[in-house]
Amino acid sequence: MTWSLDVVLLLVLAVTALWAVMATRLIYAALGLALASIVLAIVMFRMGSPYAAVFELSVCAGLITAIFISVISLAKHETVAEIESRMKRRWKKYAPLPFAAAILGIVLTLVAKHPRSLPQPLAEGDVRKVFWHMRQADLLGQILMVLVGAFGIVVLFKSWRKK
Amino acid sequence: MNGAQLHLLWTAGVFVLMLLFIGFYCILVSRNLIRILIGLEVLAKAITLAIVAAGYVTKNTALSQSLAITVIIVEVFVIAIAAGLVINIYRKHDSLSTDNLENLKG
Repeated sequence: MTWSLDVVLLLVLAVTALWAVMATRLIYAALGLALASIVLAIVMFRMGSPYAAVFELSVCAGLITAIFISVISLAKHETVAEIESRMKRRWKKYAPLPFAAAILGIVLTLVAKHPRSLPQPLAEGDVRKVFWHMRQADLLGQILMVLVGAFGIVVLFKSWRKK
Repeated sequence: MNGAQLHLLWTAGVFVLMLLFIGFYCILVSRNLIRILIGLEVLAKAITLAIVAAGYVTKNTALSQSLAITVIIVEVFVIAIAAGLVINIYRKHDSLSTDNLENLKG
């Protein structure tokens, strides 16, 4: 693993997350979030987690971005005057954020000490075996969560049709 | 455990904390419901990065990947439900601002 390339990728991840938070238009914010997901997927792939990286890329960069863009397109479009007045207020709110994040990163890097030792690494296993054999109870919870999520979406859309 | 891995763990930890700070700042400062969801997404990315980095450093990527996949699935459904709620709120109040959500004030 190349040390400098990973630091650059993590820096790009932080910058894209900042862009997602600070972008004046919501559509740019959603695109910034998708970019952050793509960079995170690359970092995950380089850290030896290809299955999780594929999930991150397809679900977070794809599905969640599509959900955000749908929600943004359903909301009303702002006029130029509204955007300009909002930009002035946003600048005051978000101007300290990049400086504060940079200072936090520098302070954490300089002040805190590096860990001297870590627990012994476990034997590397197969993700499929861990997922299907070791975490069966979690998997059941996950399936229930998916069903609850699908049910919640159905209920929310049902209330629209009645109106 | 070699020095490069400890360095990587430390660097990933710094960036996880930075992402958590950015996400919390967005949630606390923003009045727009969609932007609050974006802050929540940034927080979820920080957690995913922390899990994957921990798995890489301890050489237990199988468990960390399965946990990361669980986090991603939970994240999707939280965002999907929250997006549905945001749309319903928008249709009722004709606004995405949290300032207009005053119905439950005592």
